[in-house]
Amino acid sequence: MSLPRGSQVLLAGLQRRATQILGELRGLGAEHAELRLEHGQSLTVSVRDGALEQLAEAQSLSLSLRLVCGGRVATVTSSDLRPVALSPLLARAAELARLAEEDPQAEPPSPRLLARRWPELDLFDATIRRLGADRAIRLALLAEAAAMQADPRVRSSGGAGCSRTVSHALLVTSGGFVGNFAGTRVGLRAQVVAEDATSGRRSGHYWSGGRHLASLDPPEAVGREAASRAVRSLGAAPIATGVYPVVFSAEAAAGVIGLVSQCLLGDAVARQRSYLARRLGTRVASPLVTIVDDPLRARGPASRGFDGEGLATRRRVLVRRGELQGFLLDTASARRLDLPPTGSAGGGGGLVHPSASNFYLQPGRRGPRALLAGVRRGLFVRATLGFGFDPGTGHFSRGVEGVLIEDGQLTRPVAEVTISRNLDELLQGIDAVANDFELRTAIASPSFRVDAMTVAGR
Amino acid sequence: MDSPSPAGLPAIDASLVGRLLGAALAAGGEYAELFFEHRSSLHLALEDGRVRSVGAGIDAGVGIRVFAGGAVGFAYAESFEAGPMLAAARMAARVARARGKARAPRWRAAAVPVPAAVPAGIAVSPADAAALLRRVDRAARAASSLIVRVEASLAAVQREIVVAASDAPMLRDVQPLLRLSVAAVAERGGRREAGSAGGGGRFGLEYFLQRSPESFGVEAARIAVVNLEARAAPAGSLPVVLAPGDAGIWLHEAVGHGLEADFIRKRSSSYSGREGQRVASPRVTLLDDARVPGGRGSLGVDDEGVVPTRHLLIDRGVLRGLLHDRVSARAAGVAPGGAGRRQSFRDVPLPRMSNTWLAAGEDDPQDIVRSVRLGVYAARFSGGQVNIASGDFVFAVTEGYLIEDGRLTAPLRGVHLIGNGPAALASVSMVGPDLQMSEGTWTCTKEGQNVPVGVGMPTVKIDRLTVGGTAIAEAPR
Repeated sequence: MSLPRGSQVLLAGLQRRATQILGELRGLGAEHAELRLEHGQSLTVSVRDGALEQLAEAQSLSLSLRLVCGGRVATVTSSDLRPVALSPLLARAAELARLAEEDPQAEPPSPRLLARRWPELDLFDATIRRLGADRAIRLALLAEAAAMQADPRVRSSGGAGCSRTVSHALLVTSGGFVGNFAGTRVGLRAQVVAEDATSGRRSGHYWSGGRHLASLDPPEAVGREAASRAVRSLGAAPIATGVYPVVFSAEAAAGVIGLVSQCLLGDAVARQRSYLARRLGTRVASPLVTIVDDPLRARGPASRGFDGEGLATRRRVLVRRGELQGFLLDTASARRLDLPPTGSAGGGGGLVHPSASNFYLQPGRRGPRALLAGVRRGLFVRATLGFGFDPGTGHFSRGVEGVLIEDGQLTRPVAEVTISRNLDELLQGIDAVANDFELRTAIASPSFRVDAMTVAGR
Repeated sequence: MDSPSPAGLPAIDASLVGRLLGAALAAGGEYAELFFEHRSSLHLALEDGRVRSVGAGIDAGVGIRVFAGGAVGFAYAESFEAGPMLAAARMAARVARARGKARAPRWRAAAVPVPAAVPAGIAVSPADAAALLRRVDRAARAASSLIVRVEASLAAVQREIVVAASDAPMLRDVQPLLRLSVAAVAERGGRREAGSAGGGGRFGLEYFLQRSPESFGVEAARIAVVNLEARAAPAGSLPVVLAPGDAGIWLHEAVGHGLEADFIRKRSSSYSGREGQRVASPRVTLLDDARVPGGRGSLGVDDEGVVPTRHLLIDRGVLRGLLHDRVSARAAGVAPGGAGRRQSFRDVPLPRMSNTWLAAGEDDPQDIVRSVRLGVYAARFSGGQVNIASGDFVFAVTEGYLIEDGRLTAPLRGVHLIGNGPAALASVSMVGPDLQMSEGTWTCTKEGQNVPVGVGMPTVKIDRLTVGGTAIAEAPR
């Protein structure tokens, strides 16, 4: 990996400190440890009404650590790595481990599963420092101005902002794994409120961002999109309660796909807290549904060459044409399920849990407009409101904002309604998947259509 | 101050505080503040009757903020050593230059008063905590033979803060926080359902002398077993009766956030410009108070060094007050009320709720249920969300019952309720005398920052709310 000199020096320093800490843990009687050191630098600006509102800069360094002592697990997090502060905390953790029961699943992963090399994932933009405070302020001001000028009904600004972060991390384990991570992120956002005399007040928010400076949309485009999102939902009102075909926009669809990822996590599966736990090899979705977890995508928001335990990662198809092919497993959940681990341990150091990486529904061939065709009366969902979901039963219910579909056309804006259907039935009921896919967030999806959902409204 | 003991913040040296404030204001700016924080945490998790992990954490540092002509500069250091703290102060000071105007007179370091007496903290013995979790687990299993899994966790955090502002005396506060969570899974005939319960507040383990740990295990098991019988909730607009306690989360979403003055200042709240006007039914009186003893949202001093007062937000339906931090108070020309909170020294404060509740009314809770021909009784909740601009809110019910002809009948599957804040507040038609603060373990998220909050409510009837079930009901109209 061709990292800038500054990054190499920083990572080398982290590695020296990590080696000392591992040595200290061995002295305390730990038979295994995973240690992650993470260094971050960030710049965030926000503007409102044409003036600077906030300028924040920071550097941080934190440690998270899992240690196994006599087969028992303790974890440590700290923001103070000086020996005078950390040594007493490590000693305390070794003592705390005695309070836990022996955990046969806590044994370290087999050394032959550890990653030795991984592809260059292009997550670091060495030119990111060109985005200094002055330029960030300018970009945010341009985005806000574009949003305010886009439409006369845009009446007030919720502010615009621009940020960049540079992260370096190091994972070392007592089993001999050493992995470096370096990544950058940049983002530009705008938020405005539209208002008119008859239809009340609606806000619109949009952001653009990615790993590289080049992934930023022009500030004018960010502002205009925020304004359009505020204006287009003015006058939104509930529709009558009933059963409707529902088209999920790509953003709303990603929310549904995120729920699928929760149900595939090894700890939910091993604890029988997922309705998908006993469904391996069976039909769990319509044949149009193929779901992928791909940690190795270049510039991906959640890309990782190795997982939180140092295991090699790879692209995996979890649902192939509707059939469930696999779960997301770390070492402990894999042992409980008697399956091989899949390199899906999240975080690293600290308490390890399985997590999704870049997790998405594979796009189809049709344009998003084609999903509306043939829908006589349906609901197009732009955004969902609410979080609660029970992976154990799959019962799904959300507040939504969207647009009524009549005779294949988007007609009037809708709000203050809920949609519901069991996730199992919802996935089986997907009858069209569009091609409007973009990996902007770690969990992503193209838009899709579900044959029927209950809409509660007027 | 170079060796913070693991027990808490080091002594804050007054002359160094003066130097840091001086550096923060060196480029101009009219106000600066240092927020010192030390947080130590202990966490235990139990699964299948075994304590699976024990964790300890320390997070400490200082956040430095500068006001310069309406803009805010912010930086932090994860250290109490002079070098890194001075570097952060100089970084925060850059806002005055970036803004390019507003050159205020240079701040001169005056004598910095020493903080007042420190409130007592807590000491949680990890071994006692482990024993307590085992009691919770046993009680949940013993509650019903249908219980097949129990998970429980306990977290104890000790947060100590000192706030040194350039225009106010230095203040110190200690904010302990205890949280027990338990989840139970019941199984019958291949059907599995979960129930959860939890409690805590600004206490140490002595909390469990008042409230037995077993009771939380039993409660989680009870809800799981009730849910085995749950049937599809109705879909449509129906009368909703909210049980006392937990349902305060509804007010938190439906109206509380809209009264946080940053949203008002940005004119993005649906309550902007409505002070002194009727915004709710005359039965609605809404309060927020950070001084509730032991309340999850309680504070002796807020995260900007302001001692909180009680806020009367809505008085018999009329909007009377807002929640201000220093930034919004300055813009509005009022005194800050102690509602400035932040997740940690890495974050800037925002106006936030503390403990929020609806004042008790006079309607008999039984009459309230009896008044409903077909509706929903919502007893337990898992959380909610609001769209500030439109006032649309949702909240998720995890234990609910159908009301038929004035009686609770079948338990209902988990469901979201949706409504519009001002409209729902206008349709509060009955309020019981049975005000109860939730034992819940609520955490509020705003702009990515989490803070603990308390909520409370008596039994309340809302004439119409949209119930997001799957069963299409023919509601009486």
